[in-house]
Amino acid sequence: MDRSYPIEEPHKRILANPKFQELVRRRSGFAWILSAVMLGIYCGFILLVAFAKDLMAYRVGEGVTSLGIFLGLGIIATAFILTGIYVVRANGRFDELTRSLQDEVPL
Amino acid sequence: MPRTPKAWLLLAAVLLASAGTAWAADSPAAAPPRAGLNWPAIVMFFVFVLATLGITYRAARQTKSAADFYAAGGGITGFQNGLAIAGDYMSAASFLGISGLVFASGFDGLIYSIGFLVGWPIIMFLIAERLRNLGKFTFSDVASFRLAQTPIRILSATGTLVVVAFYLIAQMVGAGKLIELLFGMQYLYAVVVVGALMIVYVAFGGMKATTWVQITKACLLLGGATFMALAVLWRYGFSPEAMFADAVATHPRGQSIMAPGNFVSDPVSTISLGLALMFGTAGLPHILMRFFTVSDAKAARKSVFYATGLIGYFYILTFIIGFGAITFLMNDPTYFRLGDGGAYNRLTDMFGGTNMAAVHLSNAVGGSLFMGFISAVAFATILAVVAGLTLAGASAVSHDLYASVIARGRVDENREVRISKISAIAIGIVAIILGYIFENQNVAFMVGLAFSVAASCNFPVLLMSVFWKGTTTRGALFGGFLGLASAVLMVVLSRAVWVSTLGFAAPLFPYDNPALFSMTIAFAGICVFSKTDRSERARREQDAFEAQYVRSETGIGASGVHAH
Repeated sequence: MDRSYPIEEPHKRILANPKFQELVRRRSGFAWILSAVMLGIYCGFILLVAFAKDLMAYRVGEGVTSLGIFLGLGIIATAFILTGIYVVRANGRFDELTRSLQDEVPL
Repeated sequence: MPRTPKAWLLLAAVLLASAGTAWAADSPAAAPPRAGLNWPAIVMFFVFVLATLGITYRAARQTKSAADFYAAGGGITGFQNGLAIAGDYMSAASFLGISGLVFASGFDGLIYSIGFLVGWPIIMFLIAERLRNLGKFTFSDVASFRLAQTPIRILSATGTLVVVAFYLIAQMVGAGKLIELLFGMQYLYAVVVVGALMIVYVAFGGMKATTWVQITKACLLLGGATFMALAVLWRYGFSPEAMFADAVATHPRGQSIMAPGNFVSDPVSTISLGLALMFGTAGLPHILMRFFTVSDAKAARKSVFYATGLIGYFYILTFIIGFGAITFLMNDPTYFRLGDGGAYNRLTDMFGGTNMAAVHLSNAVGGSLFMGFISAVAFATILAVVAGLTLAGASAVSHDLYASVIARGRVDENREVRISKISAIAIGIVAIILGYIFENQNVAFMVGLAFSVAASCNFPVLLMSVFWKGTTTRGALFGGFLGLASAVLMVVLSRAVWVSTLGFAAPLFPYDNPALFSMTIAFAGICVFSKTDRSERARREQDAFEAQYVRSETGIGASGVHAH
């Protein structure tokens, strides 16, 4: 397998393109932030389950429903909402950037 | 083989006929505790099988190229793929197991569901679109994109087959037991029927049939579970608080079912399990394959979005179903094995064990006809999941081991697909045999093991090869195999195998799940063995990262809709 590329490889041109750099910087940053948010929420939940059982058992309001139930269902909703936020951004603004990049770098 | 669809249908018909005789020969040993033959369930299951065979027949006629066989021609839409992914994920084990866990201990069931769900956003943010942009048919395509084909394909095919094997054994044994109980059919026949049908779906209809079987089953399962949850909530005027209050009053553990209980024994095991569930999902080969069935990165993102929503919704339903089972069933002695004077333990004496809570609840809210429907859906669920697993395993053999390693890329498509079909048949037969051998073994640890291996071998290799420029073939190979070996070894030395199965006095590995340690070993292994790799090949592989990076981020140069 010969991997010695000539200098004017198409990917080099794309790499040097400011639009590509902007796309990657913004999308990756966004994706890593969302990942960190999801991981943080989940790890926090697991740590509460492991070390703060009394807090999780705390009854919210008059009834029997505990804080843990609200947090748990909240995490399920959060997971869905975070993926939704990402899809809207990525399929909208980020894909526009990708398209304009493709127009600029004809292959 | 592809030209003789009628032969396949004939085979399926013969197998079904023999299954019919198996039911008719109502053996007393296999008779379920409550009912004899469950006719509504059997009839509805036959309808499902006929419908799926119809789907398979149509899919087979449209399946011509390798792209059709492995990736349904790339013609699945984002929503359809989301349904199929959700279908792959909503196994009978998670439907019956999690609702049973909620029935037995309330809140703890939710911890499990959340662990299974939170892997999906991570797949979305970090994996889905890059996978679609880089790969063609299997995740090995991505892992070996700039690394040496032969060793990396062998590694990822091994990872795939190990995951598929453990997952499949767990599903087969669970299927046999469940069908024995629900349908009054003998264990061996049940395992043979499941194995034979999955062979027919995969070998004959490929990814297209497997996907549509999965979509059909996902709709049936979500529909049935929605009806049950609504029926439960209806009784409480749609007030969850009223339902919880009744459950607390009914359950022997009272208010403590609303808080974390004994399920979480020590924090290390909990965190380790959480990691295995979260990152294992991102390393399951039959799930990763689904990203190649859509046309582009945009559709891949949409499919994860829909899948996350559907899976989350499904877990909320199982949570309500579990609580409904507490309030509907615990005070009704007809669902329990009665002791002296009609006394019974509400947690341990349920017919079929607490995993049957959802099935009994379907009887309580919808009568025997609806229970038949739910039983048939549970059977269909098992079938669809094992078909997906079989396809992933067969693709690893044909696309990774045969086409890339043995034939070194010099193979024509028809031959590769034929090998895949033969592999599917072989995997099916092996699964039947293993299902039979493991009938009386405790296989509960196997799903956990499958997730741990996926998280400790497939996921690190995939992630590092895509994200870290420094990854070399040597690093991925050592790190991946170290992760795989350590995950398997630690499970063997843990309580589930060392004590419960092998009968030793004390476990040598103190925690229930290895992922925290085996994942660390895998990632550290990849780093160390890549950093110390000073070979010429390593330098070329690192240089090739830029081209891979551009394609993974933009999709420029990616294979589009796999037209033929």
